[in-house]
Amino acid sequence: MTLMNCLILSFILFGIGLWGLMRRRHLVGMLISTEIMLNAANMNFISFAYFSAKDATAGSVFSIFVIAVTACEMAVALAIIVSMYRRRKSLDVEQLRDLHD
Amino acid sequence: MINDVSISYLIFLMPLLTFVVNGLFLGKRSAKGAAAFAIVCNGIAMVSALLLAVSYFTSGYAPQKAILFELPFLKFAETFAANIGLLVDPLSIMMLVVVTFIAFLVNIYSVGYMRGDRAEGRFFALLSLFSFSMLGLVAATNLFQMFIFWELVGVSSYLLIGFWYHKPSAVSASKQAFILTRFADSFFLLGIVIVSFVVQSFDFEKINALTLSAFQSQTIDLGFMVMTKAEALVLGGVLIFTGGWGKSAMFPMHIWLPNAMEGPTPVSSIIHSATMVVAGVYLVARLFPFFALSGSTMNLIMVVGAFTMVFAAVIACTQKDIKRILAYSTLSQLGYMMFSLGACRMGDVVVTTGWTASTYHIFTHAFFKCSLFLIAGSLIHQVHTNDLDAMGGLRKKMPLTYVCALISILAISGIPPFSGFFSKDEIILTAFQGHHYVVFGLALLTSGLTTFYMFRLFFLAFHGAPRSESVKAGHVHEDFFMTLPIAILAVPALASGFAAKGLFEEFFVPGKLNVPQLVQLAEAHWIPYVAVAIAVVALLIAWVLYASPKAKVERALDDINRGSVYKVIYHKFYFDEMYYAVVRQFVIGGIARAARFIQDYIIEGILAFVVWFVHTLGSLVRRAQSGNLTFYLGTLVVGVLLWRFFGQLPF
Amino acid sequence: MDTLLFNLIWLIPLLTVLVCVPIPGTKAKLIKGIHAFSGTFVLALVGYLTYRVYALSGTPIDDKAAPLFLRFFTDIPWINSLNAHYIVGADGLNMFLLLLTAVIVWGGILVSWEIKGNQKVFFALIQMLATSVYGVFMSMDLVLFFVFYEMEALCMYLMIAGYGSGRKDYGGKKLTLTLAFGSSMILATLFGLYFESGSTSWSLVELSKITLPTSFQMWAFPLMFMGFAVSSSLFPFHFWSPDGHASAPTAVSMLAAGVMMKMGAYGCLRVAMFLMPEAAKVWLPYVVALLIFNVVLGPFIALRHKDLKYITAYSSISHLGLIFLGLAAITPVGLRGASLQMISHGFLTGLFFATIGMIYERTHTRDITEMGGIMRKVPFLGVGFAIAGFAGLGLPGFSGFVAESNIFIGAFAQDSTLTRVVTILAILSITTTAVYILQTANRMLHGNMPAKYETLTDANLREKIVVVVLVLCLLLIGIFPGWIADMLDQSIAPIFAKLAAAQAPVIGG
Repeated sequence: MTLMNCLILSFILFGIGLWGLMRRRHLVGMLISTEIMLNAANMNFISFAYFSAKDATAGSVFSIFVIAVTACEMAVALAIIVSMYRRRKSLDVEQLRDLHD
Repeated sequence: MINDVSISYLIFLMPLLTFVVNGLFLGKRSAKGAAAFAIVCNGIAMVSALLLAVSYFTSGYAPQKAILFELPFLKFAETFAANIGLLVDPLSIMMLVVVTFIAFLVNIYSVGYMRGDRAEGRFFALLSLFSFSMLGLVAATNLFQMFIFWELVGVSSYLLIGFWYHKPSAVSASKQAFILTRFADSFFLLGIVIVSFVVQSFDFEKINALTLSAFQSQTIDLGFMVMTKAEALVLGGVLIFTGGWGKSAMFPMHIWLPNAMEGPTPVSSIIHSATMVVAGVYLVARLFPFFALSGSTMNLIMVVGAFTMVFAAVIACTQKDIKRILAYSTLSQLGYMMFSLGACRMGDVVVTTGWTASTYHIFTHAFFKCSLFLIAGSLIHQVHTNDLDAMGGLRKKMPLTYVCALISILAISGIPPFSGFFSKDEIILTAFQGHHYVVFGLALLTSGLTTFYMFRLFFLAFHGAPRSESVKAGHVHEDFFMTLPIAILAVPALASGFAAKGLFEEFFVPGKLNVPQLVQLAEAHWIPYVAVAIAVVALLIAWVLYASPKAKVERALDDINRGSVYKVIYHKFYFDEMYYAVVRQFVIGGIARAARFIQDYIIEGILAFVVWFVHTLGSLVRRAQSGNLTFYLGTLVVGVLLWRFFGQLPF
Repeated sequence: MDTLLFNLIWLIPLLTVLVCVPIPGTKAKLIKGIHAFSGTFVLALVGYLTYRVYALSGTPIDDKAAPLFLRFFTDIPWINSLNAHYIVGADGLNMFLLLLTAVIVWGGILVSWEIKGNQKVFFALIQMLATSVYGVFMSMDLVLFFVFYEMEALCMYLMIAGYGSGRKDYGGKKLTLTLAFGSSMILATLFGLYFESGSTSWSLVELSKITLPTSFQMWAFPLMFMGFAVSSSLFPFHFWSPDGHASAPTAVSMLAAGVMMKMGAYGCLRVAMFLMPEAAKVWLPYVVALLIFNVVLGPFIALRHKDLKYITAYSSISHLGLIFLGLAAITPVGLRGASLQMISHGFLTGLFFATIGMIYERTHTRDITEMGGIMRKVPFLGVGFAIAGFAGLGLPGFSGFVAESNIFIGAFAQDSTLTRVVTILAILSITTTAVYILQTANRMLHGNMPAKYETLTDANLREKIVVVVLVLCLLLIGIFPGWIADMLDQSIAPIFAKLAAAQAPVIGG
């Protein structure tokens, strides 16, 4: 296991997340894709911390921090999504275009 | 020399006071009060003017020029200032007396003429505004002051012609008069600007003392062409003359004067015959040494004057509206005055008799023409029409008027010893002495025409059988207020010629000239005899045609079954129509329409294009704001990739 | 003391607005009373200060203000990071413009007494507008100047769009956007000026001591000049004014044409020409070519219009063209004529729009073909309009003639071919002006009157006072131009001295 392998893995994860974000039309799916991308970033943090940093704790702390923030973000986002679903009975982003123009 | 300057202030302040008091306070409340106030004030002004004249001519100072007072108005540079002042010399004193005298009489006359008019008070106010402006013009010490009052007489003329503003014909006549004179004035102003730029002064004294040779070597770029300053001065002179050209209604800017007869008759008599229209002649006389510098300017003045003289006299022979006949007669007489000034130059030398003759004619003409207009007003007031058709047989009903009319008509015809004879004779003599033989012949011919159309008017109005119901029914009478001024004016119409001859010959010279003068003048004692003979022949022709027992008055007044030449003349050579066509089709329909087209289509069109362009650009950008998350994200990713892999983007 | 009073000029309108805020809109009478009182008070104040400036002329001046001969000089640091100061000062030129503004604002308040809509807001906006105009004329610091300059377009838009008539939204937008376009040009050059000058000051007094690099001037001057000229409707940026005036309520038309359009010309003179004299000498002879449209074609366009406000708007365009002719002359007489024309045209056009507004309130039409003979029913307003007309066509005795004669004589002294041509054309086009003014007056006031106007009533006392005061102002300048010309000369002297000292660079060299 080298740094390169880890980076490739996180790149693939990021790609999947991005792909999902772009292809998905369902808000929850998009949210999950965002999570995947964030995890890819976390993975980078950890791997750089493990392989090249003098002190591995900084990277780990950072990723834990990200995970915590993500959790909060998720809570808020899901709340919004739920209320949105109640209002519109749909979570298709194609239809959520109130802000265009 | 003149001890009492304060009296000269009165001449100007009195009419101004009348204008302010009548215009703002008295006019609306009491027409009688306004009239009385106007008469008293104008009387005071007249007396002051006469006192000034007496003290000037008896002081021994005449004929020198003097500036009696001068108030600063506007300064353009240290020595380049426009002041308002009073220049006294024989010419201006003569005009002051004439203007105040006639204004006084016309104010009295208006009491009768305007009685019962809705806006009598306003009338007296405006009349005094005119007197004030005219006096200011006459008193001018410099071109700038002259232009100021020149415009003011123009506007008071406008207001008085359009006095009955509910009459569309009066309104359009007033507009025409103002615009046409304004058109001439724009050239006048340009002339003033050019001349004052070259001379760096407005003062008549400096301008009259110019010599062209001093400016021969300097050039000036007038934009359209480059010329020497001497040429620019000549051009400026012509432009200044153009102002007088329009104000004195010389051909082809003459049409406003006959149309101006739409105004009340007292107005016609003071403004459009006796005083304002001679302003053009006065201007040329005032700047005579300046104009005399250039032979071509003088020739222009002469040709314009002489042509107008004949042209107007011909038209006057066919008209039926008595005020228009008098208007054309005024034009013709103005032509005499104008050409007399222009005829002074002969080759490189100048004879000054024409100047004297012209000013002399201004003087005599003012009285008899004013009187004629007042008489015409009297007739109109009694018969309620301007048309000769409805007159005739007024001799018995208005005997005093009849006698006064005869005197004035004999005066204008140049029959001795009436006043017109003396001045007209001098003018004709000038043309002869200046070797302008064509003009001389025309002047003699016009003298005959004048007699003819004036007696035509006289016979058709006063002689024969009455042609109007009111005359037949005997409603016609002589009004005291209207007949009094007419009777008073008969005196100078009769006597001002021989009474003032000595005065004019002694004092009236144009001032120092910078061109050689001709001293040896050809004497021609036969001219008066010829002129009088022509007049008498014309009188006889008129009598045969219109007053003899065999005369066919119906035929004379018929304007429909006529030959084409008569019709063309009767319709004033169709000049009104030509003007109408030019203004309507060319100015308003052509230039103005093109200007509006440029504004409404080209400029607004370019503007609309700019707006469209911005809008389109905006909608392009707006389309990107689709609200589609996927699209945003994709753009983001593509953007980041491009930035990363293609390196330096321009932003 | 006088200095304090001078600073109050722009503060009082603002304070009036604040005072009126707690008063409920239903008490319109009280609000109007307060505004009318404040307008009159400011008028009296400015009148007094003008007299003070006149009385003080010849006495020594504070050293700091000496280069511009400014009285009542105030200099307080304002925005430290920008080094912008609050600098105000008075000289003959801006004192008269302030007086003009005070008269027009006062008249504007009185003529909009019966305006429909929310009166509280309307009068507040008038006062805000007044503040901004006073501020522009008073300030001697470019940042302050620009802040006030920007304020005015916004108030203008709100008033036109909210209280106008006809195509008010279109007119308001056109006006505001065009003015904003001009302001953007000014702003750009202001920053350029600040950075290029090498001086860390925005003060006109400080900047006047510096000669800006010629290469900078050459591009900055036209930009700034045109930026200012937009609000003075110099061709090709004149298009906002007819539509803007036509849709604006009376008071706004008066303010816009009477005062606001002078701000541009004032800016051209005070800022653009004063700070960049070298470039002015190069460019101004070419600017004159644009005037052919303003001065020569403007009257012809007015001739073809039937709406009173359009006619007056084009007449304003042509009269403002004359201001630029005077400026482009670069002679003392020409500059004086231009300043006189600013003042004179303010009163003139104020009178024009005031009487038009009053007539419109009665006839409910501005189409002159539908009117006729109303002189019989409204003689006072008719005479007022006729006087405005005569003053507009440059009749001696009114201020217009004095200004025009100065401009013509001054412009003719400028020895450039193009200027001469345009001057000659301008002199000759006084006839066209007469034609459209008389045509308008005659159609509207004279002739036969349609029966529907039998019930018209003449002006009431409030309207009469406004008209009389404006006419008196026109007459005062027209009959006694000497003292006002002297005062203007004093304030133009430093500007002209700078222009005269400037050596015009060789183009392309």
